[in-house]
Amino acid sequence: MSYVIAGYAITFGSIAGYALRVRWRTRSLQRALREERG
Amino acid sequence: MTSTIAPTTVETAPAPRRKGWIGPTLGAAALAASAAAAVQGLVVMGPTANQGQYSRLLVVHPPLATGAYLAFGVTVVASVLFLIPRTRRPEWDQLAGASAEIGVLFCALTLVTGSIWGHNTWGVWWTWDARLTAEALLLALYLGYLALRRVPAEETVRGRRCAIAALVAALDIPVDHFATSWWRTLHQGSSISLTQPDKHLDAAHGVGLLLGFIAIALVYAWLLGHRYRLEQLETRYESEGLSLALEERRAEGVER
Amino acid sequence: MWRDALLVAGKDLRIEARSRVATNQIAPFAFLVLVLFAFALDADRTVLAKTSAGLFWVAVLFSSLLAVQRSASVESADGARDQLRLSGLDPAGIFLGKAAAVAAQLLVLEVLLGAGVVILYGTHLSGILLIVATCVAATMGLAAAGTLYGSLAAGLKVRETLLPLLLLPVAAPVLLAATKASQAALDGTPAAGTGWVRLLAAFAVIYLTFGVIAFGSLLEES
Repeated sequence: MSYVIAGYAITFGSIAGYALRVRWRTRSLQRALREERG
Repeated sequence: MTSTIAPTTVETAPAPRRKGWIGPTLGAAALAASAAAAVQGLVVMGPTANQGQYSRLLVVHPPLATGAYLAFGVTVVASVLFLIPRTRRPEWDQLAGASAEIGVLFCALTLVTGSIWGHNTWGVWWTWDARLTAEALLLALYLGYLALRRVPAEETVRGRRCAIAALVAALDIPVDHFATSWWRTLHQGSSISLTQPDKHLDAAHGVGLLLGFIAIALVYAWLLGHRYRLEQLETRYESEGLSLALEERRAEGVER
Repeated sequence: MWRDALLVAGKDLRIEARSRVATNQIAPFAFLVLVLFAFALDADRTVLAKTSAGLFWVAVLFSSLLAVQRSASVESADGARDQLRLSGLDPAGIFLGKAAAVAAQLLVLEVLLGAGVVILYGTHLSGILLIVATCVAATMGLAAAGTLYGSLAAGLKVRETLLPLLLLPVAAPVLLAATKASQAALDGTPAAGTGWVRLLAAFAVIYLTFGVIAFGSLLEES
């Protein structure tokens, strides 16, 4: 059963982690673009 | 070699801060569906006779597998649209790349959940089950595609190159399936397949499976929107201001 | 298209005849792989003979990587690619020609490797017809997919590491099918192998067709 829970955790955890990473990269790019425009 | 895309203007007006409602709504829906699926899978659904607790993985594994193929399908369609001169737009290339990355995520998760399921049924962490093997090959195909995307090049060149690679990989998938399923039917007698739920599933399992599919579909759409936007930002970032330095870096990627 | 194909194939084979890369480097490499397998499997002749179909095809697969790399690098030297593009040759013909040249080299290699396997592993040959059919079909598929990816990766600095990553997953079903078919031939049950040969033929047709359609796009890039 613990493996099953681990499976769920890994699944949703990595999805969330990936989403956070995308958000982080997006924010930093948006910041950089704003700085570019001065 | 003239680019077929009009060069993006360097001087762009600051992007208006549109408070779009689609993204957050999609995100909320994805979250809700995932929560519902998880609850269904972990709490509502009971263990089955054949697979014990592991039938709970039905909620995540088949949807993830389908999601991986769906994501790749989007990559392929977007690649085709990018290759056809009449429909060629940079958006298709960006969509292809974004979907591929999400597909890799789903594919890897499919393998992990499949491995966990298989560990219960066969006692080993990996089995050369037809579907798992085909999924592993899909992952390899994806990784090759993503590696190709990272090679710096001018936009249309890179896009066209990646699009063709995506198609070459896509053509392989049906061949993979025939090959792996013939391969395994010659060997095994196992009647339980990873993605074929047993016939004796009760309604709770059916609901769980359905919720899983809905959740993954929503998650995919939500992630795709964000990743696609990121891809567009990266393209814009590259063409604005830093073009000189980037040109130099790109030139390093190609032998002269 | 066919005329251009013959032209390009002839050119590639002539370059090979003059530079002898395949005979001097790729073939020895292939034999080396066979030898290494023997080391890895402890020179147990029964195991080697039993698995020789698979080992043979793995060696062919790795050698095809080299052959395809070589075929693509012939063009990227000295801006030959641009000349090829401007030469007015039909891109489909160029594709078929290059693939044919690679296929020819691989077929010769397979004959040599076959002899190698018989000698080194003590394999008993049987079902020759099936083996030949397997080799032809598998080689055409490998050459087609390889030429596509080879051209795609040509001129990239990361070509050496990228090409295997791209080509091997695509070639995996070929390895599988060719091994099963060859195994059926060696086991004396050729009937079991015909389905696999059909799969190999389908693979070859798919990729040859795709190459004919898409190669023009590939050449277009700078």
